[in-house]
Amino acid sequence: MLLADSTRFALQAITSHRMRSFLTLLGIAVGIAAVILLTSIGEGVHRFVLAEFTQFGTNVIGVAPGKVKTGGQPPTGIPTTARLLTMEDAESLKQLPHVTGSTPTVWGNSEVEGNGRLRRTTIYGVDADFTRVFSSKVRIGSFLPREGAGSSRAFVVLGSKLRNELFGTANPLGARVRIGGLHFRVIGVMAPKGQFLGIDLDDTAFIPAQRALELYNREGLMEIHVMYAEGASSATVAKAVKSRLTLRHGHEDFTVTTQEDMLKTLSNILNILTMAVGALGGISLLVGAVGIVTIMTISVTERTNEIGLLVALGARRSTVLGLFLSESIILAALGGMLGLLLGVGLAQLISLLIPTFPVHTPWSFAVGALLMSAVIGLLAGVLPARSAAHLDPIEALRAE
Amino acid sequence: MPDESLIQLNDINRTFTLGDSQVHALRHVDLTITRGEYIAVMGPSGSGKSTLLNLVGLLDRADAGTYKLEGRDVTTLNSDEQARVRSERIGFIFQSFHLVPRLTAAANIELPLTLAGMPASERAKRVSQALKEYGLTDRAQHRPNELSGGQRQRVAIARATILRPAVLLADEPTGNLDRVTGEEVVRLLESLNAQGMTLIVVTHDQALGARARRQIRMEDGGVVSDVTNTPNPAAT
Repeated sequence: MLLADSTRFALQAITSHRMRSFLTLLGIAVGIAAVILLTSIGEGVHRFVLAEFTQFGTNVIGVAPGKVKTGGQPPTGIPTTARLLTMEDAESLKQLPHVTGSTPTVWGNSEVEGNGRLRRTTIYGVDADFTRVFSSKVRIGSFLPREGAGSSRAFVVLGSKLRNELFGTANPLGARVRIGGLHFRVIGVMAPKGQFLGIDLDDTAFIPAQRALELYNREGLMEIHVMYAEGASSATVAKAVKSRLTLRHGHEDFTVTTQEDMLKTLSNILNILTMAVGALGGISLLVGAVGIVTIMTISVTERTNEIGLLVALGARRSTVLGLFLSESIILAALGGMLGLLLGVGLAQLISLLIPTFPVHTPWSFAVGALLMSAVIGLLAGVLPARSAAHLDPIEALRAE
Repeated sequence: MPDESLIQLNDINRTFTLGDSQVHALRHVDLTITRGEYIAVMGPSGSGKSTLLNLVGLLDRADAGTYKLEGRDVTTLNSDEQARVRSERIGFIFQSFHLVPRLTAAANIELPLTLAGMPASERAKRVSQALKEYGLTDRAQHRPNELSGGQRQRVAIARATILRPAVLLADEPTGNLDRVTGEEVVRLLESLNAQGMTLIVVTHDQALGARARRQIRMEDGGVVSDVTNTPNPAAT
């Protein structure tokens, strides 16, 4: 029997019971729609989180003092015996090949007083490379100037929110503010950057790292962020950073984390999350598959006569098997298509109604869902189709 | 003349197991049927006549004995080869027509061609030819439930003969029809036989059986009488 003919035959069988076939394929459709919707949300969250982390650029390597060993990295704030990372370390990393910038980082929380107002905020001690490394923009004035270590002047650049809180709409440039016990002159205001994982990136002040060490009475940096040229291998740069610092420190007493590694780990976690919610949708798909098995079993019983006839007319067992298999595959595939429309439609509706809610349907998921529904149809059809193919034709013809 | 014998059954036995007891549906049946014969198989229920028909139609296998169809031993064929023989050499006609309810008359007639994998253009030609021959052209697009009993059996006969089989097996072909339409169907079958198709009819109906040239009477799984009449001009 030709494939086109068996497909047509199966389609005729499906359309001869419109309501029943529709309800059966609806079961599959709901399952596929659930899988698509849930994985779309999972994928949307995935992208959202990755976007949050990559907004500072992906070609950044972090260097932290202390070597991560089996015991893990010591939490910041607890005294360690690790050798300190110094301003000179940060300076020397700038010379490495492929490295386009590096910024020492020290941060803390302090009261900032300016324009007669007081606000407790996060203070970052960085250097001139900061804006490039973290792809931040200055709105007015300028960022911290490039200065030799030890000679950094007491300048501060305000985050946009801090500026609003302290100065309102007044021009803060040139104003003096007090941070902790030290005095600084405002030379710039950052462009708003929004929130990152709940932390307000605009409620900040940037001062030279040298001054921050002084302010917080620290001898070593908390972290050094190194940015390398787009296209350079992160592993190569990480290796260069490692060997340079090992040379300076005598042995490896620091930890190098590339953002690529971090993102990879994060991406893996998020993929598992997507798969987990997809599996939840898979349960309803399973129920739909059981529906197909049920309806195909009923169909075989109802059409016992017809099966006997087909055998009498010279149909081979494999032909009978193929007919019933294609029937369940078509049923499932139609359900899959309907579910695809339903799922994508719902996902679009959600992103239309709640634009901030991250939903994303990759095409690979849609194609995968269709293939999956066909496979489900195949699996669900095997049992009923086999029983059809193995009917005794004489009994089958006699059945009423 | 071995050339002429279409069906040759040698010492055929068929036993069914019903619960604990063994039922001998056929015992030691020997039968030779030549091409173009018109045979009525008669006998009471359970005499084995349907089993004989199923066996000749390759829907059933003998437990012992040999069955040669057109000189070829078909007892040893596997199920796919038997399906091919059924498709090409055997036509079935049933008491309850066995039309596929969701298919039109034309599609029902087309079914053996479709199953044989014939291309659609060739099928369409043959089906329209058959519809014309059996006077069903204006009923082609009707479904079985829109056809009368006689029309249904005509569709079934057209379906059975569309691949020009060597033998036509009819199991009570008039059993579900009234006298007049039954008569029409029998005349149709007889005209096919007159064109050279071998016709084997299983029936309870004495009058129908009497019209066949050769009458085989069965009882308890054995052939008890096998009479060949000289052609009777009154029967036409």
